[in-house]
Amino acid sequence: MSRVRVLVGTRKGAFILESDGKREKWDVSGPLFTGWEIYHIKGSLADPNRIYASQNSSWSGQVIQRSSDGGKTWETPGGGPTMGPQGFPVGESNKFVYDTSAETGKPLTTHQFYDGTQHPWEFKRVWHLEPSLTDPDTVYAGVEDAALFRSTDGAHSWQELPGLRGHGTGPKWQPGAGGMCLHTVILDPKDPGRIYIAISAAGAFRTDDGGKTWKPINKGLRSSFIPDPDAEVGHCVHHVAMSPSRPGVLFMQKHWDVMRSDDAGDSWHEVSGNLPTDFGFVIDVHAHEPDTIYVVPIKSDAEHFVPEGKLRVYRSRTGGNEWEALTKGLPQSNCYVNVLRDAMAVDSLDSCGVYFGTSGGQVYVSADAGDSWSPIVRDLPAVLSVEVQTLS
Amino acid sequence: MIRVELPTHLRALAHVNSEIKLEVEGTVTQRSVLDALEARYPMLCGTIRDHVTKQRRPFLRFFACEEDLSHESPDAPLPEKVASGAEPFIIIGAVAGG
Repeated sequence: MSRVRVLVGTRKGAFILESDGKREKWDVSGPLFTGWEIYHIKGSLADPNRIYASQNSSWSGQVIQRSSDGGKTWETPGGGPTMGPQGFPVGESNKFVYDTSAETGKPLTTHQFYDGTQHPWEFKRVWHLEPSLTDPDTVYAGVEDAALFRSTDGAHSWQELPGLRGHGTGPKWQPGAGGMCLHTVILDPKDPGRIYIAISAAGAFRTDDGGKTWKPINKGLRSSFIPDPDAEVGHCVHHVAMSPSRPGVLFMQKHWDVMRSDDAGDSWHEVSGNLPTDFGFVIDVHAHEPDTIYVVPIKSDAEHFVPEGKLRVYRSRTGGNEWEALTKGLPQSNCYVNVLRDAMAVDSLDSCGVYFGTSGGQVYVSADAGDSWSPIVRDLPAVLSVEVQTLS
Repeated sequence: MIRVELPTHLRALAHVNSEIKLEVEGTVTQRSVLDALEARYPMLCGTIRDHVTKQRRPFLRFFACEEDLSHESPDAPLPEKVASGAEPFIIIGAVAGG
């Protein structure tokens, strides 16, 4: 029988929630990496036992953790006691150094800062880890200050893909309130050379040659908080989602506005429709119905909680514009939580499961594509990310 | 033998439960102690000082013999009591929260 493993990153550690295909009874393990912020924890499709976690603290910086047994045990690649005499370079697993060489990219040393001046790139943390779809030892890392790194040796060592920062618009990128983070990495399952990424506040970008060259894909986005609302870059994209069965169609939750692209990001149009507010962070797509999408509207950029004290997931079965509120099992009074950009996921069981975590420490599951919800856990630290693995 | 105390989170990361004892060759300085520490516990690379610049992470401090040595030169000799093992070299997280 199929099982699901839900990987939860929180402000104070990680948790693993496991259930059978009914998704009614749950085993909860954790906290792992107690006291550290776990921005993201995600498993490999190529080998479900391989899981990567981004562990960070203001005191001690960035650590990458790796499991090869489905989360039972963990190691810091290249840094643990299992390293042999011919081991990997000491401590490389935590080392993210921007590429400034003239040979591999155009050296780029500054971006726009909050005050409008140019500011040097400074590594702060890994926001998102995206394992390769085919090789468990290859994994991408989206980092703050915004850049994309890749490891091909199981997170022992990391190399920047410098073509992204060096393609020309970098000096116009600027940090959002949460920092200048590359938070979304989407690998195209039908085209190994195509990768989408998104940055706050720069926008979305695409490569068609495996990361060598990049271009902004923000045509159609409109952001009133930048001097030129239709600018090529500068948009605060919060998250992008794609159905693996239809890679050319993208859905975006922007700072304000829910957007759709039918041409791999070359152009976007708004599909906010009848949402109560089109501000939000998460967006995701049903595992089997590429036109069924989910968002959690948030009141505003100043009030990061759900409107009217009601926790409502909104679902569109028409690829946007027409939305229905999903409320069964969710609190409908006195609720003031937020749902962050990486804190929603879907499983691939026949009846698609949808999961999300809140700033209040709840993780909810729906085993019927959103029709009804129940909490798996209610009292975790604030949830930063939720991913799910469907296991056979 | 140099004695080093780590903050709780770094003890967990390094899989140690208590004070660490290190052999340090040559003059005992912040740099030589941290070099020896990172060589023995590679997972600590980058968590106490920057990978490249080797600057101390701003929210960590270095104490010894009831003194704050955080702003001393990394190549300055540590107190004799640290070099002899009579007192530990303490790496501690800055107080935060309320």
